[in-house]
Amino acid sequence: MADPQLAALEIAEPAAGRQASLLRDARAQLARRPSFWLSGGFILVMIVVAIVPQAFASWFGHGDPRSCNLSDSLLSSRSGHPFGFDKQGCDIYANVIYGARDSISIGILVTALSMFIAVVLGCLSGYYMGWLDTVVSRVADVFFGFPFILGALVLLTSLRSHSVWTVSLALALFSWPTLTRLMRASILSAKQMDYVLSARSLGASDWRLIRKHLLPNAIAPVIVISALTVGGVIAAESTLTFLGVGLQEPAISWGLQLANAQSDFQSHPHLLIYPGLFLSATVLSFIVLGDALQDVLDPRRNER
Amino acid sequence: MSAEALLEVRDLSVEFASRHGALKAVRSTSFTMRAGETLAVLGESGSGKSVTAMSIMGLLDPVRSRTSGSITFEGTELVGLSRARRRRFPGRNIAMIFQDALAALNPVQTVGSQISEVLRVHQGASHGAAKAQAIEYMDRVRIPAAAQRYSSYPHQLSGGMRQRVMIAIALALQPKLLIADEPTTALDVTVQAQIMQLLTELRRETGMALLFITHDLGVSAEVADRIAVMYAGRIVETGTAAEVYLHSRHPYTRGLLDSIPRAAQKGQRLTPIVGSPPPLTAIPRGCSFHPRCPRAAEVCTTDRPELREISAAHCSACHFAEELADARG
Amino acid sequence: MGRYTLRRLFQLIIVFVGVTLLIYFAVFTLPGDPIRNLAGHQQLPPTTINNIREKYHLDDPFWEQFGRYIGGVLHGNFGTDFYGNSVWGLMRERWPVTLRLASMAWLFELVFGIGLGVVAALRRRKPSDRLILMLAVGVIAVPAFVAAYLAQLLLGVHAGIFPIAGISDGWPRSYILPALVLGAFGFASVSRLMRSSMTESLQADYVRTAIAKGLPWRRIVVRHAMRNSLVTVLTYVALDLGYLLGGTVVIEGVFNLPGVGQLLFTSIQQQQGPVVVGVATSLIMIFLVLNLLVDLLYGVLDPRIRVG
Repeated sequence: MADPQLAALEIAEPAAGRQASLLRDARAQLARRPSFWLSGGFILVMIVVAIVPQAFASWFGHGDPRSCNLSDSLLSSRSGHPFGFDKQGCDIYANVIYGARDSISIGILVTALSMFIAVVLGCLSGYYMGWLDTVVSRVADVFFGFPFILGALVLLTSLRSHSVWTVSLALALFSWPTLTRLMRASILSAKQMDYVLSARSLGASDWRLIRKHLLPNAIAPVIVISALTVGGVIAAESTLTFLGVGLQEPAISWGLQLANAQSDFQSHPHLLIYPGLFLSATVLSFIVLGDALQDVLDPRRNER
Repeated sequence: MSAEALLEVRDLSVEFASRHGALKAVRSTSFTMRAGETLAVLGESGSGKSVTAMSIMGLLDPVRSRTSGSITFEGTELVGLSRARRRRFPGRNIAMIFQDALAALNPVQTVGSQISEVLRVHQGASHGAAKAQAIEYMDRVRIPAAAQRYSSYPHQLSGGMRQRVMIAIALALQPKLLIADEPTTALDVTVQAQIMQLLTELRRETGMALLFITHDLGVSAEVADRIAVMYAGRIVETGTAAEVYLHSRHPYTRGLLDSIPRAAQKGQRLTPIVGSPPPLTAIPRGCSFHPRCPRAAEVCTTDRPELREISAAHCSACHFAEELADARG
Repeated sequence: MGRYTLRRLFQLIIVFVGVTLLIYFAVFTLPGDPIRNLAGHQQLPPTTINNIREKYHLDDPFWEQFGRYIGGVLHGNFGTDFYGNSVWGLMRERWPVTLRLASMAWLFELVFGIGLGVVAALRRRKPSDRLILMLAVGVIAVPAFVAAYLAQLLLGVHAGIFPIAGISDGWPRSYILPALVLGAFGFASVSRLMRSSMTESLQADYVRTAIAKGLPWRRIVVRHAMRNSLVTVLTYVALDLGYLLGGTVVIEGVFNLPGVGQLLFTSIQQQQGPVVVGVATSLIMIFLVLNLLVDLLYGVLDPRIRVG
């Protein structure tokens, strides 16, 4: 129920300072949430791990994911090797640390690409409408016709190389429609706002209108979903790699480690636990971050 | 007070918790209504009139608001009832219609079934009987082609018709008191007049009391027996319509009446009330109107004037109410 | 309603053509010899390759090939594997298993998802609400195959409640654990969505009117708030069907259930490219039809959609 009194209060604030205070409000609200700090912190740590895995891997044992000794096969955790060994006798801790790199890179790459496409196409089609909008919407519809995993599956099966770049491209191909549709819808509703109409009547050019008025207000939901998308892509990549169509040997990926664990994990759970834990924790952080952003950026938050 | 009082509100206060501190929407307000009369509650946005109505209906969220004081309807005390009983109370005694009829109606349910729902739940009427009665009510509120319109959805009707549907729903409850919260504010002037006429007729037919909330001076003059003027959460003047308009005893009411553009004044400057209503988290001490009052004196900044009887059934909350009477005819 | 149906059907046709075109592009026109790509690391004898070339008419002009392909798809012909067995034939006896699995998972998802979502919305900010929220987020974060492993480990091996794999225990015992894992993601998402949708509905003006009408609380929750919220949740359910279809690959693979998903799983492992493409294509077609049905249902539930 919209509180008439609170609404009156909001009207009383001077309009000029409103935009600045909204952003300040958002930042302050965000800073107050422990979930933001926890998830953001974990993500930052994992990104650093992805950039310089050597620094972290050497904390325990030899820190080399590829130095494997078959005589160590399937051993559980012991000093110097907190996560134990896998079937080939490779140190699981080192592999888990190095596995962060490809997975997180793909997650961020795919999302960044999708976001870029979404902002460009979404803004243009939402603002100009007409044939551009029809074309973009129909194309997006076609991509929406694919269940994510199945579409990526078909594409990756037909590709020869399965490098980080090809996998990222394949996943991005199925990720851009969601964000683009969202951006477009956002722009459409922002277009109706009175402040846009008044800016336009004052003679603002299309470019200025989009950049200064529409985009800042429409981008909030896209940012939220993008955060969630990174987590989703990381999960999808590991699933596809697990199935055999994603990254392949000799790449180091959590998905591969989990795929290799299939025959032995029931008697040696450590093969499952550690890669699974890191994978889930990373995905979880992005989801929690996305949730925190949503709670803060959702314009209806005052009524929750 | 008098034995025939239908609704008695005494020292009602409603506070909301907000980020900026406690918001005092209604501050120690009192008024009464008798059966069959029409009371118009007049005030600007933020004066507390809607909140008062919602607290009578029991629609305020107890988690975010705090209500104190007393509201008695036909002798039953409403403040302090358990949440469940509070919800069940208005039912067939008090009905309410709202300003935004589109938002107030369930978008995925036909308008007809929203009326017959009332009959099925409260009277235990069968599906067929409820539908027939609902169509009768729709006829009564002058919805053309009622039988066909029964299966329309709210978004398919015009604003005026939606408001009629709301009135039909209220009628179906056969209430003793109807609270109308700015029902015509969002409508065109012509439709406004039709709705007002409808309400007046229905009042005469059913004998129900009407609590009419508005910010429109003209509308309240037409429809009201008595008028209560609210400012910053308190009632500052009550009286019959004629008394309040012709012999108003409060500077705020005077200010409102003076600010109406009149044809006779054409070409002259308008005279608004200076300043704006205070934020509800920072209400001035003493008389809350004193910063904007042309007659403010020392006492106004320290002592809060209580609503007191100036003449028969005409009350005002101003230290200088008596002098105001003399200044104007 | 009729106009709406026609519009959706028309859209379906466009999407169908687009999807098949994309699949066709991906498989047959990417750089490299499509047959070698599909064969992966296998070495196929030249006769097999030639047979396949003929069968797929790979030397014909593009539009003829594509036309034949679409015709084939519309007739249920999704190609053959390297030995000449029709993909559809391979799938046929596996459908019942997949259908049982998917419908059980879907049921879990709807019943528990909506139920918990409503409960959480009604008890907002109380401990039970926070618990449900945390549980939901946790479940969403764990990828399906990891969850499948965990379920096998904890509930199958250690606790011994459910069979670990295979369908030897028949219906429903063999399907419960896999269906729970398959439906977990959807159930968590639906409950989150339902919770926020219900919260919004409960604060809406029409609920305020319903309270003012003196209706009993239960009726308001079910007939008014839920009715409006379900509309939002339904959109998600449509998307989720895709997830379920894709998820059967993983779940049937890990739990060794002889369904269509497992066929896909093993053909990937065995580098049977044409089978992979064929099965995936058929699942995608099913997804399209299901989407249409959900959209039509949406039109029935929310009268505002029919006009727009």
